[in-house]
This record gives sequence, C-alpha cells and structure tokens, in this order.
Amino acid sequence: MLDQALVLTFPQGASFTGEDVVEFHTHGSIAVIRLVSDALSRMEGLRPADAGEFTGRALENERLDLTRVEGLSDLLEAETAEQHRLAMATFGGDLSNQVSSWRERLVQAAALIEASVDFSDEELPEGLIEGALSEVTALKEAIRSELDGVSARERIRDGFEVAIVGAPNVGKSTLLNRLAGRDAAITSSIAGTTRDVIEVRMDVDGLPVTFLDTAGLRDTDDEVERIGVARSRARAERADLRIFLGSESEGVERRPGDVEALGKADLASVFDSHALRVSGLTGQGVEELLSLVSNELGQRIAGTGLASRERHRRALEDGLVSLESAMTRSAAHIELIGEDLRNAAHALDCLLGRIGVEDLLDKIFSSFCIGK
Amino acid sequence: MKHFDILVVGGGHAGVEAAAAAGRMGANVALITMRRSDIGVMSCNPAIGGLGKGHLVREIDALGGIMAEAGDRGAIQYRLLNRRKGPAVQGPRTQADRKQFRAATSALLDATPGVTLIEGEVVDLSIKDGAARVVLADDSEINGRAIVLTTGTFLNGVVHIGDVSYPAGRADSPASQRLASLIRDHDLPVGRLKTGTPPRLDGRTIRWDDLEKQPGDEVPTYLSFRTAKTHLRQVSCGITHTNPKTHDIIRANLDRSAMYGGHIESVGPRYCPSIEDKVVRFGDKDSHQIFLEPEGLDDPTVYPNGISTSLPEDVQLDYVRSIVGLEQVEVLRPGYAIEYDYVDPRALTRGLMVRNLPGLFLAGQINGTTGYEEAGAQGLMAGLNAVRYVRQENHAVLSRSEAYIGVLIDDLVTQGVTEPYRMFTSRAEFRLNLRADNADQRLTEKGRSLGLISDTLIEAWDRKRGMLDAGRDALRARSLSATEAASITGGKPGPARRSLWEMLGQTPLDELTERGVEVPQEAAPVIEFLAAEALYEPYIERQMRDQQALQREEGLRIPADLDYDTMSGLTSELRSKLKAARPETLGQAGRISGITPAALSLILARLRRRQAIDGLAHSA
Repeated sequence: MLDQALVLTFPQGASFTGEDVVEFHTHGSIAVIRLVSDALSRMEGLRPADAGEFTGRALENERLDLTRVEGLSDLLEAETAEQHRLAMATFGGDLSNQVSSWRERLVQAAALIEASVDFSDEELPEGLIEGALSEVTALKEAIRSELDGVSARERIRDGFEVAIVGAPNVGKSTLLNRLAGRDAAITSSIAGTTRDVIEVRMDVDGLPVTFLDTAGLRDTDDEVERIGVARSRARAERADLRIFLGSESEGVERRPGDVEALGKADLASVFDSHALRVSGLTGQGVEELLSLVSNELGQRIAGTGLASRERHRRALEDGLVSLESAMTRSAAHIELIGEDLRNAAHALDCLLGRIGVEDLLDKIFSSFCIGK
Repeated sequence: MKHFDILVVGGGHAGVEAAAAAGRMGANVALITMRRSDIGVMSCNPAIGGLGKGHLVREIDALGGIMAEAGDRGAIQYRLLNRRKGPAVQGPRTQADRKQFRAATSALLDATPGVTLIEGEVVDLSIKDGAARVVLADDSEINGRAIVLTTGTFLNGVVHIGDVSYPAGRADSPASQRLASLIRDHDLPVGRLKTGTPPRLDGRTIRWDDLEKQPGDEVPTYLSFRTAKTHLRQVSCGITHTNPKTHDIIRANLDRSAMYGGHIESVGPRYCPSIEDKVVRFGDKDSHQIFLEPEGLDDPTVYPNGISTSLPEDVQLDYVRSIVGLEQVEVLRPGYAIEYDYVDPRALTRGLMVRNLPGLFLAGQINGTTGYEEAGAQGLMAGLNAVRYVRQENHAVLSRSEAYIGVLIDDLVTQGVTEPYRMFTSRAEFRLNLRADNADQRLTEKGRSLGLISDTLIEAWDRKRGMLDAGRDALRARSLSATEAASITGGKPGPARRSLWEMLGQTPLDELTERGVEVPQEAAPVIEFLAAEALYEPYIERQMRDQQALQREEGLRIPADLDYDTMSGLTSELRSKLKAARPETLGQAGRISGITPAALSLILARLRRRQAIDGLAHSA
C-alpha cells in the first residue's frame, strides 16, 4: 500500500481536457509522490505530462479557445487583485464570448451583403445593404472602444512603471526604500549616489506597479553618472507615470496625470507651496502619494474591456481597418464590401477560430425566402 | 463487340461535356444514352447561366466545351445579372429556346471528332484492371478502358405528384433502377436527394397584357467567348405574383402534397424551395414572385419559375388559376417532385474518379449537384481525367484560386453535400479574380496544354491576350502629374505621378472619361476588362500573398503525435489518409492525394495553436 487517497475519474467529454481523466489526490509527502509516480510510470502507455500539456489538449480538443488559454496562463501568474480580476474574466470566456458575438454579428452582416450579390434576381427585402452597414458601424465602434483600453490592460498584465524623477539629492532613493519597505537603493547625502535605474515591484491597490528610482538629473563631468542620467531620462520618458520630486523638470516632459511632490518633508522648513510633501525618512505623505498614483492608474483601466495582449490588439486593429474600409465603399462595389467583411471576420477568427462559407449560406437561408 | 477508350454513360449536360472533352483530346469515345433525342435536353428551367453558374459556363467555354456556344445558339433573351454591381460578381444568363438549344448541343457534339452515339439502357457495367465493360438491355456489350457515369436523377428516380408516385428519371423517361442497384452492389456510399419542377403552362392561355414584362439587355452579353452575334429573335419574360388566395389553396391542400403528406423523406435544395415550402416557411409573406419564361419561339410552353410543386394535379390547376394573368391558363404538364440516388462525392478523387474503382468516373447530379452548369463543368473534368487515366497520366486538377470549377470539385470531394449543391459566387474565396470576363485568360492556355483546345481557338485567344497586354502597357505608360490626378479625383495631390492604370484602381472608368481623361488607343477596345483588372489588382495581390504564405508553411514540421481525430472539420476520409501517411511536414501533407487547401489550413491552424501553447509554456 502506497497511500490512502482520493481518486476522481472524469469521463471523456466531462473533463478539463475533454479526454478520460483520472486524478489521484494523495498525501503530499515526497515519499508518497515519488512512489505513486514510479508505480504509474511503470504502467504501459503512461508518462509524466509535459508543461502545459493538459491545457494544450483542452485547446486542441476545443474545450478552450486561445483567449481562454491565455486567460488561464494569466491567472496562473496573477499577483495582484486587478490581475486576478482580468485573468479570471478572460479565462472564464468573457473575451471569447465578446469576440464570438462580434463575429456572429459580422457573419450576419456579411450574409446580407452576400444575399444581395448572389440573389439579386430574387425578391429580397428592402434595405439589406443599409442594414448590413449600420451593423458594421456599430461593430466598428465596439471594436474601437475595446482597442482604446488595450494598452492600459496590457499594463495590468505586465505592470505599470512609475518613475521617480528629480534633481540630485532630493530624496528619491529614500522614498523608494520607504515604498519598498527595505533598502533597495543606496542612499547617502552625496548628490549623484544613484547611478543606475533601480526597480521595486509593488501591489498598489491591486495594481502591479514597478517604481523606478532614477539618477538625479543634472549635467555632470563624471562619465558613469552621465550615462546614468541619460538612461534615467529615457526610462522616465517611457514610464506610464512620473512622480516629480521638486519643481524642476530637469528635461523630462511632464504629462497629464503625472504627480508632483516635494521631497525631504522632514527637513523642509516653510515652503509656500500646495504641492504634496513627502518624506521617505518619516513616511510623511507617502500614503497620500500612493493613493494619487493609484487613482490615476485606476482611471486608466476603467471600463469593461478585456483585450489585453499585443496579439489581441493586432487582430482587433486588422478587423477595424477592414470595417473602416467597408464603410468607404460605393454601393456599386458591394463585392468589395463583402471582401472587407471577410477580412474582418478573418481577423476575429485569428482570435478564435475559423469562418466557413457554409456559415454565410446558413444565415442567408434561415433569414429570407429565396428561390424559384 | 465494339471497343472504345472512354465509355460515357448518360447524355445529359455532364455526359455531353465529358464525351466532347474526351473527343477533343483525341480519344475514341462512346456516348451511351437511352434515347438519342435526350442529348441536350433541359429537364428543368429553360435558362443557362446566372450568378456563379454564368461563371462556370464561361469556364467550360474557356476549356473548349459546348454548353456556352449551344446556349448562345438557343438564346432568346440575354441578361447580365448584377449589371450594376462590380464586374467580379456579374454573371451572364440566357433564356433558352429548348428545341434550339438541344439541336445546337447535338450538332456541336456530332461535330466533335471521335464521339460515337449509342442508344440503349445500360444494365450492367464493370471496371477492372483497365478494362471497362458495359452491357446494354439488348445484351450487346461495349468495351472500353474507362467509364464516365453521368446518370443525373435517373438512379432509382421516383416521381411524386400528390399521393401518386412512380419510378422515372424525368417526367417522361424511365428510371435506371438496374444501374442503381449496380452502384449499391459496388458498395459506394449512396444517399437520396430530391428536387422539383413547376407545372408547365400554355402560353396561349396567359393574359400577357395584364402582366409586367422583363425584357432582356439591349446589348447582349454572350455566354461564349467565341460568339459574335445574336442568333435568334429576342423575347421578354412575364412577371406575376402569388396572392393570399393562392396561399389559402395551398395551405388547405398541404396534406395532399407529396412533400407534406409524408411521401418524401429526402432533402431538397434550400434555394429552390417548392411553393408549399415557401407558404409554410414564410407564412408572413402573402405574395411570391413568379417569372413566366417562354420555352421557345415556336413553342407555347411557359415555365413559371418560382412555383415548383408536388401537389396533386387538380390542386396545381386550382392555385395556378388564382394568380393574376393565369386565370384561364391551361396546364400542359403538371409539376412534380423527384427523388433520386446520389453517390457521396467524398468517395471521389479530385479528378472525379471513384477512389475504390479506378477507371470509373462520376459527374453531374449523381454527385449531388443541381444545375446544368455544375453538371457540365464536372463532365468536362471527368472526361478529361478519364482520358488522362487511360493514358496513365496524373489527374488534372483546377485549384480554388484558379476557377469556379476548382471550387466546385474541391467542395464536393472534401465536404460532400447535404442538399443538392449549387454554385454561388460567395462559395469562391478568390472571386475577385475568378471573373466571367477573364475565364479565357485564366484557363485557355492550361486547356491547350491539356489537349482540350484546338489550334484555331488558341490563335484567337492569343490575339486577345496580345490586345490585353498592349492595353495594359499603354495604361501603365500614360502617367498623370500629381496635380492632374488630384484635379480628376478631387482629392489632395499625392507625392508622385500616377499612371492611368493606378487611377483606374480607384476611380471608375466613366468618371475618368467624364473628366476628360482619354483612354489610350491600344487600351480602348478592351478597356472594360482592364478597368476590372486594375480595380481588383490590390486585393488579388493580397490574396496571392496569403496563398504564398500558405505555401511558405510547406516546411513546417508536423509533430508525430498530432491527433487528427480531434480536428473538427476534417472529413473522416482525409483523417484516415493523414493517419495512415503520417506526413512529417505540411508540404508532404499537401501532396497526399485528396488533401485540400481547407484541410491544410486546419492542420496549419492546429500547428499554430500548438506553437502558441508552447510559447505560453515557455513564458510561464
């Protein structure tokens, strides 16, 4: 006897992979696991699964589509509450359902167009093409608004970057260490201590945020520091958000939503400023600073969209271009509208599956009375 | 005992094109039909061409076939369908004088060298090791090396009119029951389909003055590239409509309809529903359109297109007379529904040969299609491939990107049919390039290399190609400055000069000429053709890139454990072929006989998904 365990069987069609599955829920000791694995491996036709193999089979057996697999992958990697929310929605099929319903509407619109092409000699209802085009307009708007949020949602998956920017020795590294809760960056009273970009990854109200401590921005003769400054400027420009410590911009562009604060609040005497005052040393103002950052980033991810990957973006953009093109056609070239809709459906299929012409014909025949 | 290369069984549109194609290739052909007078008979509506169908007719013509020329010789009305839509989806269509069409078909077949017509009913056939044998009802025997079977609706045909039914291949022709049992004996997968036809009316009893007329086009678009003139007097069709009273009569008698009375179980085409079907399925419509199509110049018979039926004769007369213009009409022949056997075309190779019976080819309605054009197209390809088989050459296959014929046969042999298969332009994913106007440019050269085209035809084709080339060059050479171009199109000037060819891609020809753009002399005679080509060029290039991308995937490795069983969309035959062959690359898979582009892209999609999974696994 190796163990007393719970054994669950899932018949074909009722398991995660769609295949026959048996699960052994054993006790977790190294010895039990090894003995059970060895015993199973000795049996004809059994071998350990490869990484992701069960999910792969679920995909191949069409239990999951690619977006849901992506959602599952995100779920497995989720660190923060927002990442979890997005991943669960995608894994649960929200994106897949959304795109499928767009595709469904697109096929319906394409069927109207194709009916006007292939059955022009029959008694077709009035306004087929207009009906198709108004649906295309609606789809175009829906896809455009989905696209609007993709960058922000990519950030939920990959993390936002927030750069702390300012002149040398304004307390950037001390602030970073306070945020990190540890000595991530070396601090000293010597200006120009930080030479490279130092990153600290945090969970800010469920959002994954990487804070960047950058070299103080100044002109310097020190070659190493100069490289650090250039690198810092570049990273700060690329970041999603910047916290400017002090009023100097030091050559980094301020953008809407960037946060301004005065550092070393513990040392400050009387400043006539409305800016938030923070101190990495005492923690003064740090909570407020974080909630400013969290509010700003939270606004950016507001909305109900789900597409969150470059792959999604490309497919949606391809689809959008085709739909926009369809709207510019003259009625004399309805076959080109058909071509555009075909391409748009193909783009959505790239997210999901495939389009068959039979789909179109099915739609046509179920909707109208055709034929002589 | 007579000996031939090719034995064509059946003298319908498939049989005629099969025999003619084989004859053009220099083979010695026997065309065996029950009655000599059946050659070229139109058993349903008196029309050739249409959308998708007109494309097929042009392709048959481009490969040297008979149908288009016979159609022109019998045409009593020409209409180019979709005239106001883009050139890719325009389809030529004619009303035919039945008698003239039949006579023309017969004459063209007689003029084809090497074709011998034999009258008789085939009661037995066998094919083995390159020896084909056909036995007729009078016990005479005909020998050959390959058989093309084109038996239409004659296989186990049963005609239904109300609760009366009797075996027949057409209203007035015997069915081939013995042939049907032979097919079943050979273990071919057989299914049953149905189709229907309306009552024929006596045109002398129709009140034409009360009816709307549909005239033909003022400038006819001929079916054949070789036709230069209109042969017959042109006529109009009439248009009338059913009304609530008609529908009441039909509803009240539904239980007497063969369809609804439970006599017919098989599947009919959705796009050619009977009037019973229309009344039941579209109950909210209280009127359906009917075209009254004359069947000939000196024939009073009128074909009422739109009211095929399997109701009893008395009900047919009743409801027909409830229709405006038909109040006193006499019915010459009742409408009927016909059920017949078809062979699941998935049992065929892409050359239309029965996979398990090498040397036996099937074409036309026996493969589950409907329509003269679909039948003729298959007949041509079957005749061609029968000759190639006898000569021990590979199948000649047209691809989906090359011809509607390619789409037709690919669909049949890979998807099979669930209802009588009819061609539509929407079935062709490359339809912007598969135009009726360029069928000869797409196919004639290929037809020539296959031996289907005579020297005279190729000369004419070569002259036309020369004109097109010169016209294209002239349009490309004539360039407009950016400002000139902008003043014509009304937009902002672009950065560079633009050729007239590029302009044609964006601005319709008539707009350009209205604004004073002169078409170069070399291009003028073929300008409409070239305008279509210029319009679609960017799309076609994109499609060709997609095609090439697929070809580049050739080297993609297929993992040994790829599970074909779980790939939905693969037919069971392709699945078993793939499992047996276990191709290592996508290219190898593509070269397995019967593997289609559709199947390849399924495999490709599966490989892509696996790559995507691997990608996820690695990033995790």
